[in-house]
Amino acid sequence: MTTTTTVASAPRHNRPARRISGRPAKRPLPWGSPAVYFVALVVIALTVAPVAYIVLGGFRDNSQLTVNPAGLPSPWRIGNYSHVLHTSTFWREFLNSVIAGGVTTLLVIGLGLSASYVIARYRFRGRGLMFGLFAAGLMFPITVAVTPLFILLTKMHMIDSLVGVILPQVAFGLPTTIIILVPFLQAIPMEIEEAAAVDGCGRLGFFFRMVLPLSLPGVLTTGILTFIASWNSYLLPLFVLSKTQNFTLPLGVQQFHSQYASDTASVLAFTSLSMIPALLFFTAFERRIVGGLQGAVKG
Amino acid sequence: MSESPQAAPALESSLDSVTPLEGGTASVPPSTGAASGRRAPRRRASWRERFEITLLSGPAIVVFVTFVIVPVFAAVYYGFYRWKGFGPPTDFIGLHNYKVILTDPEFHRAVLHNFEIVALSLIIQGPIAILLALLLNREMKGRSIIRVLVFVPWVVSEVIAGTGLSLMLPVNGAINGLLTDMHVFGQVKIEWLGPHMALWTLMAILTWKYLGFAVILLMAGLQNIPEELYEAAAIDGASYWQMQRSITLPLLGPTIRIWAFLSIIGALQLFDLPWIVWGEFNVDRDGVSTMATYMAHYGPRTNLYGYGNAVAVVLFLISLIVALFYQRFVLRRDIAGATTDGGKR
Repeated sequence: MTTTTTVASAPRHNRPARRISGRPAKRPLPWGSPAVYFVALVVIALTVAPVAYIVLGGFRDNSQLTVNPAGLPSPWRIGNYSHVLHTSTFWREFLNSVIAGGVTTLLVIGLGLSASYVIARYRFRGRGLMFGLFAAGLMFPITVAVTPLFILLTKMHMIDSLVGVILPQVAFGLPTTIIILVPFLQAIPMEIEEAAAVDGCGRLGFFFRMVLPLSLPGVLTTGILTFIASWNSYLLPLFVLSKTQNFTLPLGVQQFHSQYASDTASVLAFTSLSMIPALLFFTAFERRIVGGLQGAVKG
Repeated sequence: MSESPQAAPALESSLDSVTPLEGGTASVPPSTGAASGRRAPRRRASWRERFEITLLSGPAIVVFVTFVIVPVFAAVYYGFYRWKGFGPPTDFIGLHNYKVILTDPEFHRAVLHNFEIVALSLIIQGPIAILLALLLNREMKGRSIIRVLVFVPWVVSEVIAGTGLSLMLPVNGAINGLLTDMHVFGQVKIEWLGPHMALWTLMAILTWKYLGFAVILLMAGLQNIPEELYEAAAIDGASYWQMQRSITLPLLGPTIRIWAFLSIIGALQLFDLPWIVWGEFNVDRDGVSTMATYMAHYGPRTNLYGYGNAVAVVLFLISLIVALFYQRFVLRRDIAGATTDGGKR
């Protein structure tokens, strides 16, 4: 996640002529040379193969998987998928992941945007210190903090609850978010704020009526990245959650894997079902993410 | 030629964001200057303004300090105790935990693996990512679908990738099955997860998983190279590869160095994939343990809270030292360049 910041915060000085996404191209793109397509095909085959194995494996049965581990489904079986979809375990973990991801994203955006607004638009002593404090957070990855965090959460009686996953995720998501959003907010011209003030709009009113809509591209980028990071997060839930009813999907995948170790086909079905939301989400917003990271959508 | 510092401002603010160590307090991005310059002369913030500042930034600061800053300092404190996690820590043992960590051969192996992974990640992923970014930057039909597919591994969670791979990689798994089915190598029985191959298998997995991320960064860096340079070179009769070597690579330097920095830090703190693919009790035997898997194994999971915290501190210090060295000797030229550039404007 950290990395995203580097580019997103980049103010762009050159013309956006070579923008490669974000807007539909005006003219049809030319065909590349066959060699380029060949290389691209090989790369895609290598990147997609493991994911395809998981998805296709879910349509096979265990004897197919044992006899010919690398084969295609024949015949196709939907039993594994329908079985997983009919278990309450999957849906409970799905719901937990949705709650954790959704609340984390909303809080990161709410807290991050308002703090960024203060850093970007208010003049006061300690402003640089505040930005430095959040920026320093990038040096403390959750890997390092997870053990003391576990103790802290135990003391605060947040252990083994989704709150105990959400709040630390929010805290560790804030630095990236603030670093992405501050340049967005600084880019909003002063004239707009002055015009709003003339029309009788206070700072807070300006925040809700102008800043929110104008910083939407940055907010979307950080929001999507936060949601995907939360959906995929493993280390923190592993330490914090111990009752199976609180498990999120990544823990559920692990649990299902160890519980049904011999039923490989079902494990594959469970696994592929749990990755679909993040994949759909990313595919739908890919242009926005890459565009936002490249600063191409900068307001 | 005058275009060459153009890439610098883009990375200037990003450097501020990833390098809060050097003068972190002064690291508000340079674009602030424009806004502050136009403002009325500085005056004391009114009560109303102070109220707004507190209201808007207070919650973020409280959450951040509670769950990021406090645990990091707590780790240092607990690291001096022998503590099972019940009641307050009372058994102060000074630096004993650190002595044990630094003399434990298992930890030495983990550190060695971390540094092997750091080096191999740079050597393997760097060139592939650059070539791939160049390829994806070409204008051609089907580029957007290719891009989405290349980023898929980066979006799939470590747990899912790890679970899938741990099912594909055993001796009688899909990878060996596929190689056998090609009828070139005969019956293939490679122990991908065994001690001989494990590190290379891990490197292949990491390359697969994180290449998309390097490509995103580099593609963003490519956007900052002005097209005029290529047009001029084309008029001078330069070939595609000559242009990449003489224009793209030098101007992509800052982006490459930033990527390398993030890759190094990520490799030092690697946890999920070895832990999931090999499992808690196999990482050390098969030679893919890392400092983070060591920490997770000897932390709360074995009730050695004090010890686990001390490991976290060591992991953090090692990352910090590496980061400082990297900034001092590699990133400094980018920072210096950016500053001089800012002075000229």
